Amino acid sequence: MQSILAVDDSASMRQMVSFTLKGAGYNVIEAADGQEALEKARAQQVDLVLTDQNMPRMDGITLVRQLRAMHAFAATPMLILTTESSDEMKAKGKAAGATGWLVKPFDPAKLLDVVKRVIK
Amino acid sequence: MADSSNNTGTQPGSDAGGFDLTQFYGVFFEEAGENLANMESMLVEIDIASASDEELNAIFRVAHSIKGGAATFGFSDVAELTHELETLLDRLRKNELKLNRGMVDVLLEAGDVLRQQLARHQGSSDRSPDPTDLVARIKELAAGKVAAPGEGGRRRLRVRVGPLEDPATADNLAELFRDIPSLGRLEPLDGGRAVDGYRTFTVTTTSPDDELIELFSFHVAREQIAITPFDTAPVQGAHEGDGFGFFVDPATLPAAQATQPARQLEAKARTEKSQGGSLESTTLRVSVEKVDQLINLVGELVITQAMLTQQAKGLDPVQYQTLLAGVTDLERNTRSLQESVMSIRMIPMAFVFNRFPRMLRDLAARLGKDIELKTVGEATELDKGLIEKIIDPLTHLVRNSADHGIEAPAVRVAAGKAPAGTITLSAAHQGGSILIEVRDDGAGLKRDRILAKARERGFAVRDEMTDAEVWALIWEPGFSTADQVSDVSGRGVGMDVVRKNIAALGGSVELDSAEGYGTRVSVRLPLTLAIMDGMSIGVGGETYIFPLGSVVESFQIDNTTIQTIGSTGRVVRVRDEYMPVVALDEVFSVPRGESATRSEIMVIVEAEGTRTAVLVDELLGQHQVVVKNLEANYRRVPGVSGATILGDGRVALIIDVTSLVKRTRH
Repeated sequence: MQSILAVDDSASMRQMVSFTLKGAGYNVIEAADGQEALEKARAQQVDLVLTDQNMPRMDGITLVRQLRAMHAFAATPMLILTTESSDEMKAKGKAAGATGWLVKPFDPAKLLDVVKRVIK
Repeated sequence: MADSSNNTGTQPGSDAGGFDLTQFYGVFFEEAGENLANMESMLVEIDIASASDEELNAIFRVAHSIKGGAATFGFSDVAELTHELETLLDRLRKNELKLNRGMVDVLLEAGDVLRQQLARHQGSSDRSPDPTDLVARIKELAAGKVAAPGEGGRRRLRVRVGPLEDPATADNLAELFRDIPSLGRLEPLDGGRAVDGYRTFTVTTTSPDDELIELFSFHVAREQIAITPFDTAPVQGAHEGDGFGFFVDPATLPAAQATQPARQLEAKARTEKSQGGSLESTTLRVSVEKVDQLINLVGELVITQAMLTQQAKGLDPVQYQTLLAGVTDLERNTRSLQESVMSIRMIPMAFVFNRFPRMLRDLAARLGKDIELKTVGEATELDKGLIEKIIDPLTHLVRNSADHGIEAPAVRVAAGKAPAGTITLSAAHQGGSILIEVRDDGAGLKRDRILAKARERGFAVRDEMTDAEVWALIWEPGFSTADQVSDVSGRGVGMDVVRKNIAALGGSVELDSAEGYGTRVSVRLPLTLAIMDGMSIGVGGETYIFPLGSVVESFQIDNTTIQTIGSTGRVVRVRDEYMPVVALDEVFSVPRGESATRSEIMVIVEAEGTRTAVLVDELLGQHQVVVKNLEANYRRVPGVSGATILGDGRVALIIDVTSLVKRTRH
């Protein structure tokens, strides 16, 4: 079973993402912010990281940058969930090593669609 | 499961089909409520002159988080309003705007409107607020001129326009800058040649983005304009879809690596763990009805246990050793069970205290006063039922302190005090009760004025009365109601109502004041209404319970201590204090029958500051009693506040000490 690390400080968003992905047969690990995600990522390998951008303690772009620096996550796809898709945000995401972005709000179908494009 | 309307575009039968987003609503509403409360307390506490980036970021995240959830779950009004908030907060956290009081006011107001909108979606209110005016004000604030005067507010921007059918239309923008020199400078970045229908410029300006867009939209459509800070290069080679995109072509991504053997065990353990319960939550939300049912059942269990203990007392300890050991264990476990169950209903006082910062902020503004609020002991826990009922009396007391206690800044300075007054709210456990204090460092009560007003109102007062007696007048019905009708504290509710409400909760209230230094009101409440420490007493074969908190002392009498006044009145002198005497068998008309027992024990009880001596036959002991509502189970009985079931299965009445004391006064 493929594992996805879902990071969001909002419990309702986390539940929705988690429920959707589990329904599609993925194993989902949840984290409430970048710091917690980083700790969980150190303990276990995942096949995809889905992270919110705006979070307390550590934001999504910092999380992506930190994970990318870890050997185990050098090739792991990482998607940033964001409400803004400005060039500025994209530039930061790209520089941090993110694989792509997904604009909020999204519905479960779109989430699965995007996830399927990066996990094989 | 109903299909969400968001769910279009899904192939039938795919994994995404049949999602019912309503199942996440509950979590979203609770989360949004917590977020709003959080935002409010941050806004109230924020130092406008030196708000830190971290504070502004935290407030931004609240709006951002609510917007994300609201948009996902389809609450468009909430999403639209939070979007406006987010725009304003985003500029604040980027230091493009400077926080001012007006902004805090608008943000607080927006929080109130959001709360109403959420309540409507939850079905708990049908008020649908109209945020049009509010949104306009937020927009106005968000469009404010760029701050950072040090740099002259000059910014360098990258403006990308397109796709354009005729790239030459973009030259009109250059025209604009030539016509309006104050706008700044615009230079082409692409040498005047369009790339895929897009033209790119660099703009140096002091005008905010929306002003630029407003101007540009004379020539090109708004949707075709993208403005970004110059130092961020546009991302090249991105593969964009509808609402998502990749920096790398997903086709080139390596397939997820097959799980290596070394990771297998770990992965397996992980899977098992996640199946056990993926929401790693340490709290559980349970409905209050379930908890109350649990409390009721435990109450019944306590009664059964007491009955068993009583029955077992007569058994031979040698013959029934095991049974008796079991009864002892049962008693211990029942007690801890009861304590645990009761603790579920306990809520920290922060639940009440948290509503005051905002209230005082608004009050202070309206009264033209400077008021600081200090809270102590927010973590002190109190039964949920009591907490909800103490909110109104406490609100009244805090309002009073702000309105009548704290002086205007100029008056304070003239009196040698700091211009800002302080109201302190504190809570602490004291024995089986909780002590809540509302303290202010204001003007204090004026003895002369109270006495004068009492005379005016026709109260019997003397100049020699002690301070305590004078302050006690405040609580009298008809004293504080009439002439204090101000916008703030006078709502036709007098202090007598506050005292009555607190007494109805089994509590008491006291006031102490020093002119020029301030006033302190102390409210004492039992920790819970469901269980009470009682003293059981016997009269003519009947058992009654006094709430232990109202019992002052008890002792054996000899006939000489009681003096008769007039035909029926009797008083007793205890340590230089005379108090009325009442015989409980007369109050409840207990049949005496043949037995010659006389009431020879006197229990002194106190209520509302008045003491009364009650004659009883015997003291049976102190124990915890489970309070049963008599009205719900039988009917209201005068002089009785409730009932409990004794160990032997009989019902004992719990005496309403307040009404007993009152009765002896007349």
